[in-house]
Amino acid sequence: MASFWEYANPLKFMRTTDWLLPIVAIAAVVVTSIGLIWGFFFTPDDFRQGSTVKIVFIHVPAAMMAINAWVMMLVASLIWLIRRHHVSALAAKAAAPVGLVMTLIGLITGAVWGQPMWGTWWAWDPRLTSFLILFLFYLGYIALWSAIDDPDTGADLTAVLCLVGSVFAVLSRYAAIFWNQGLHQGASLSVAPGTRMDWAYKAPLYISMTGFGLIFLALVLAGTRTEIRARRMKALVTRERMA
Amino acid sequence: MGLNVRDLACARGGLAMLEGVSFSISPGAALVLRGPNGCGKTTLLRTLAGLQPAFGGEVDCPPEAIAYAAHADGLKATLSVSENLQFWAAIYGTRDIDTALEQMNLRALAGRAAQNLSAGQKRRLGLARLMVTGRPIWVLDEPTVSLDVASVALFGDVVRHHLASGGMAVIATHIDLGLPEAEILDLSRFKARLPEFGVGDFNEAFL
Amino acid sequence: MIALLMRDLRLAFRAGGGFGLGLAFFLILAVLVPLGIGPEPQTLARIAPGILWVGALLACLLSLDRIFALDFEDGSLDLLATAPVPLEGAVSMKALAHWLTTGLPLVLISPVLGLLLFLPGEAYLWLIVSLALGTPALSVIGTFGAALTVGLKRGGLLLSLLVLPLYIPTLVFGAEVVSRGAMGLAVDTPLALLAGITAGAVAILPFASAHVLRINLR
Repeated sequence: MASFWEYANPLKFMRTTDWLLPIVAIAAVVVTSIGLIWGFFFTPDDFRQGSTVKIVFIHVPAAMMAINAWVMMLVASLIWLIRRHHVSALAAKAAAPVGLVMTLIGLITGAVWGQPMWGTWWAWDPRLTSFLILFLFYLGYIALWSAIDDPDTGADLTAVLCLVGSVFAVLSRYAAIFWNQGLHQGASLSVAPGTRMDWAYKAPLYISMTGFGLIFLALVLAGTRTEIRARRMKALVTRERMA
Repeated sequence: MGLNVRDLACARGGLAMLEGVSFSISPGAALVLRGPNGCGKTTLLRTLAGLQPAFGGEVDCPPEAIAYAAHADGLKATLSVSENLQFWAAIYGTRDIDTALEQMNLRALAGRAAQNLSAGQKRRLGLARLMVTGRPIWVLDEPTVSLDVASVALFGDVVRHHLASGGMAVIATHIDLGLPEAEILDLSRFKARLPEFGVGDFNEAFL
Repeated sequence: MIALLMRDLRLAFRAGGGFGLGLAFFLILAVLVPLGIGPEPQTLARIAPGILWVGALLACLLSLDRIFALDFEDGSLDLLATAPVPLEGAVSMKALAHWLTTGLPLVLISPVLGLLLFLPGEAYLWLIVSLALGTPALSVIGTFGAALTVGLKRGGLLLSLLVLPLYIPTLVFGAEVVSRGAMGLAVDTPLALLAGITAGAVAILPFASAHVLRINLR
């Protein structure tokens, strides 16, 4: 079997994703559609929350991918720092905007869900606060990438930021939990979906989660391909200038 | 004991600038680098100084032997001439700044704040910094910018004195420093070949 | 190494060094907040711990870009990187100089500002203790941010965007110490966590800062 690291070669990556990307993209659309249509139209209304609960089929997968995207960026950054594979650094760069949007979707659907359920668009609940902080980390990471001209320098600096940011993001998460327990006892409004749900909900939810995972994969592959092309274009332009 | 450079390649901004650079200098010798603007003189000097990694080849010299002086002198405007020198002397673990003040003709200006020096005087202070490092190999990037004729001669004397006491120097410059014994290396012949791009070959874009 | 610290301190105290800028900002904030919120002592007393901590944080932020930017512009950063001092040590010294010129004065002046904001009497001790324990982390984290953005165009704005999220844990635990102190509750847990973050940051972040500094210089 070919080594996994072969795919870190730009040419090999481009050739593989030439045929892989369409498959992943189609699979993402199909699986997500099944999950969402099943979730929206073929599940019973919750006896307490009514049909509002069905936003869970977008909310939970988006929130999950928001965290997974950061974890993927962390792994890709480590691979770049240790093994210097350019594709890895560019994949981390491509994943950031997707993670940012997933975080935003999670926050917005959460607000839309929370309004009828809790009577408020926003609460400084630890989980909500953590997501808002994650959003800020994504913003900083993307801003740093866009501020640096030299691609390798950008890859190095953002990788270190991702590493340090991950530690502080975890610290912030615990700080948020601690903080809200500290003075406002028992104000936790968070509903932990999945814990009280039966299979009528679980099945479409898992399908939807898989779909979102595939969407993420497709977008990251497409984004990485774009970054590789942009990098090549830059090299060609430099070459023109030097000739 | 000297500085040996073998088959060195330097890159800037992800693009190879120079390749196949080889030279060696032994104690008491100086090397003058020449070449048109943008040919990679600064890149080569920064690679020698260890500020950027070599893209290929090797630089062989004793550890902690190189003192680097860039375009900018690294002076603090609100510190006096002697305070500036004392700081660098302390960083390099040397004590004596008097010799440097004397040789660069800065004695009379010792108490003046660096912001009140003329451009040429600042440059002389920047070069005096080299002397307090106590390091044998000087790597100098356009050291005579904004120096008048007398100061250039003064600088030439200092370099010659440094060489006479067993030091070495690699100097990028356009003007004649009055160092007839210095070897001259024209960098334009080491210009890196442009990478050939095949159609759809994505590997070439990454160094 | 000590020479570097002394030089940075000397530069900060000389004309144009910017010493006292953060302090003045902290003071202005403590004056503006009551003007915006209203003069009721109960309201001010309730928000005083948070306002003082956020104020200290922003005052620290104000002078961060000076840590490396000036040395980068005049070339001394290049020279420092080629000097025989380890860059990790140089970075730590720069962070220490920043703390001595920004963090420490904030700690010392904070009780006066607490007075302006009607901070409850029990909280003064904890205000000073928490700031004394927390501001070194602010300087060290800020030095990392400054090292990341040195030499970038629009670096100052980016610096705030990068550093402020990293300040969150310190802010949360620091303000918590003061709030609990004000209510007469036990403060040992947040205090220990605050000290832990500071100790971790001081021990580890200089390595990351030196690493990104080397990348930025090449």
